[in-house]
Amino acid sequence: MSAAVAAEPAKVDPMYQFTIKPLAELELAGFDISFTNSAAWMLVTTIVLFGFVLGGMKRQLVPGRWQMAVEFFTSFIDDMLQANIGDAGRKYVPYVFSLFMFILFANILGLLPLGVVGLHPFTFTSHFTVTGVLALITISIVLVVGFWKHGLHFFGLFVPHGTPLLMVPLIFVIELFSFILRPFSLALRLFVAMMAGHVLLEVLSSFVIDGSNAGALWGGVVGLPSFLLMIGICALEILVSGIQAYVFALLTVFYINDAENLH
Amino acid sequence: MDMEAAKLIGAGLAAIGTGLAAIGVGNIWGSFLSSALRNPGAADGQQGRLFVGFAVTELLGLLAFVVAMILIFVA
Repeated sequence: MSAAVAAEPAKVDPMYQFTIKPLAELELAGFDISFTNSAAWMLVTTIVLFGFVLGGMKRQLVPGRWQMAVEFFTSFIDDMLQANIGDAGRKYVPYVFSLFMFILFANILGLLPLGVVGLHPFTFTSHFTVTGVLALITISIVLVVGFWKHGLHFFGLFVPHGTPLLMVPLIFVIELFSFILRPFSLALRLFVAMMAGHVLLEVLSSFVIDGSNAGALWGGVVGLPSFLLMIGICALEILVSGIQAYVFALLTVFYINDAENLH
Repeated sequence: MDMEAAKLIGAGLAAIGTGLAAIGVGNIWGSFLSSALRNPGAADGQQGRLFVGFAVTELLGLLAFVVAMILIFVA
C-alpha cells in the first residue's frame, strides 16, 4: 500500500486553496447569495477583531497588556493620519483603523496553521473581489470628500502647480489616468501579494511531499531544504501580512490627503 | 510550437520581471538603510516615503506574477 502511494506523485494543486465553496446555499431573487467559506472567514475576522478591540476598551488609567496592544494600534493610525493629513485627518481614524485592522487580521488569520486540526483557513484578501471592494470604498471616500470640499476645483488635482500652459492638456490626461488606475493598483497589490505567498508555500509543500515520497535520499536533498525554506517563507509571510496592511492604509491616507488638501 | 508550451514559456519569461522588481525593491531598502545610517535622526520621518516607494516598485513585480498566472490559468 505504502509503496503504491510513494510511487505516484502527490497531486498538489496550488490554486485549490483559493476555491470558494458555498457552506449554505442561499438564493435571493435569482441571485446566488450563498454563505461561502470566504464570507465565513470574513465573519471570523470581524468577530476576532471586535473581540480584540473590545478587550482593550477598559479605559484603565494604568493600561494592562491588552489595552496597551489596542492603544498601540489606534495611536499608530492616529499618528499616521496626523503626520500626513494634519488635524483634518482625525475624522478618518475610524475608517483607516478599521481598514488596517481588518486587512491585518484577515492576512494573519489566513496564515494560521489550523489545517493540522482539519480547519483550513481561507485568506479572503487573496481575492480581487474583496480587495477591489475595499479599494473602491477608499476611492469613493476620496471622490466624495474631494468634490464636497473643493467642488470643481478638485480637478486641480490633475494639474500640478507650475505646469506650463502648453503642457496642461497632456499632464491632465496623464494625471487623470494615474488617478483612475489607483483603485486597481491598490487592490491588485494586496491580492497578488497574498496569493503569491500562499501559492509559493503550496508549491514548496509539494516539493517536500514528493521529495520525501521518493525515498530518504531525495527527502534529504530536496524535502528537508524545502521544508526549512517553508519555515523561512512563513516568517516572511507574516511580515508581508503586516506590510501589505500598512501599505494599503498608508496609500489610503495619501489619497485622502489629496482630497482633503489638494496638493 | 504548441499552445501549451508557448504559454508555459511565456509564464517563465514573466518570472524575469519579478527578479527585476527584486533589484528595484533591494535598491529602495538599500538606499534607505545607507542614508538612515548617515543620518539616523531623519530616518523615522522618511518611513512613509520608503513604504510608498516600496509599494510602487513591488507592484510592478507583482504585475509580472499576474501575467504568469494569467498565462497559466486563464489564457
